[in-house]
Amino acid sequence: MTADQQHRDPVISLRSVTAELGSRPVLRGIDLTVHRGEVVALLGANGSGKSTAVRTVIGQVPVTGGEIELFGTPRRRFRDWARVGYVPQRTTAAGGVPATVTEVVSSGRLSRARFGVLRKEDRAAVRRALELVGLADRAKDSVNALSGGQHQRVLIARALASAPELLIMDEPMAGVDLASQEVLAATLREQVAAGASVLLVLHELGPLEPLIDRAVVLRDGCVLHDGPPPRAVGQHALPGHDHVHPHAAHDAEPLRTGLLS
Amino acid sequence: MNLEILDYAFMQRALLAAVLVGITAPAVGIYLVQRRQALLGDGIGHVAMTGVGLGFLLSWSPVWMATAVSVLGAVLMELIRWYGRTRGDIALAMLFYGGMAGGVMFINLAPGGSNANLTSYLFGSLSTVSEEDVTAICLLAAFVVLVTVGLRRQLFAVSQDEEFARVTGLPVRALNLLTAVTAAVTVTVAMRVVGLLLVSALMVVPVAAAQQLSRSFAATFAISVAIGISVSIGGTVTSYYQDVPPGATIVLLTIGAFVLLTALAAPLARRRARAAAAVAAREGADPAECVIPPGRKPTGKVGV
Repeated sequence: MTADQQHRDPVISLRSVTAELGSRPVLRGIDLTVHRGEVVALLGANGSGKSTAVRTVIGQVPVTGGEIELFGTPRRRFRDWARVGYVPQRTTAAGGVPATVTEVVSSGRLSRARFGVLRKEDRAAVRRALELVGLADRAKDSVNALSGGQHQRVLIARALASAPELLIMDEPMAGVDLASQEVLAATLREQVAAGASVLLVLHELGPLEPLIDRAVVLRDGCVLHDGPPPRAVGQHALPGHDHVHPHAAHDAEPLRTGLLS
Repeated sequence: MNLEILDYAFMQRALLAAVLVGITAPAVGIYLVQRRQALLGDGIGHVAMTGVGLGFLLSWSPVWMATAVSVLGAVLMELIRWYGRTRGDIALAMLFYGGMAGGVMFINLAPGGSNANLTSYLFGSLSTVSEEDVTAICLLAAFVVLVTVGLRRQLFAVSQDEEFARVTGLPVRALNLLTAVTAAVTVTVAMRVVGLLLVSALMVVPVAAAQQLSRSFAATFAISVAIGISVSIGGTVTSYYQDVPPGATIVLLTIGAFVLLTALAAPLARRRARAAAAVAAREGADPAECVIPPGRKPTGKVGV
């Protein structure tokens, strides 16, 4: 977005949100705002509540207190889901039955399709989403035949199929090979350049670092830091940091992310 | 061989019921397999026994009574899945065995009833498929086909990834309930032909067999329904000529189809791999695939 006043519109706004999982408090009143056109990273150690925070936004985890708004509408009354693209935390795009890449990505278009009928423009949008992540040539292949990084690219294509204004991604880089990480970073860069707002759950900033406008760090369900992203050197200071050296990536060795799942 | 088999009204009814079961059971089963609840059909089958028993006790149609009770049981199971996260399996087990015990209890309470009446429902029986049964089966099968084909994209999305489906604005809970109810209806459709104890096999095994050959969901659906129809007609005809129980024959044929397709699948997969390799060689290999292996070698630098 270019207009300045639009830049200030919050697309996601959480105010003192609390949530429990099995009567254990996971979020203890967090505030989180993503403005239009902004890329916000949600950081924190395992168990700090990052994923739960994102799941309250999409309604998968019920909140016990506080307010959540999407595009200025309280989440309970929000119906315009085609504006939101979501990449859940997954290591696979496959289910219990074989499905082609196109079939999986087409699910992402349902928010724009009436009664689940896919028209010509919907099919074109699915093709476009596959081209964005560089999987157009694998469209007819079974997702079972893909590598881990390609699975993640399928999940992201599925989120992009509805041409969303807001992308919510839960650990999109977990367990992804270097080539796919670069494709994902490039895809995200294009989306951001086109004006998309992004909320990213990350374990570390990694190759997405240059894109990120702001970082919110959680610890034990509370916001510890909300501001400019911590520099690479400062990462060691993050609470519960795993001490995986991000600098290792510069030796042309991909950062192993197996610790992150 | 002539087609004298079709001269008997009971065989006509039995064959019609068998075809409908062959269509509906895999059509629902594919979504259960997709969401990794392959044994849900078995559980509902146990609950339906209580319905059969109640039908005898109250002298109502056992098919409709079983439908009502198994739909109720399916809704209850779905509710348990939502609210009782921790001990869900225990609650389900209670529902299964409670359903079976209820069936045996009610049928013995019924005037003149004994476990013998239950046997035809447990293992299927063709000669006892009545005119009313066929009407009920047709109506219920129409409902199942309407749901599983008409809502295939929505059900696919919810069964593939429930969390993502929520963000496409789909009514996830309603669709989950609908899947459970449709599975319950299918169990009662199949009850007269395959029997309650074997119904789950016809929901799951054709899908498993189809998976050996297919790469897409659409193809899996079509192949599993084709297998379902073939084995249920084959089993019914065999049981007429050889005087063997139809349910067991159908299930054994289905497993036979699974074994056959698995044997066929290995050479097919090899041919596909060769074709893919040829394409890759022509276009130049995918760099993503080539970069990974050297990158994965441990360097000793990544440590704690």
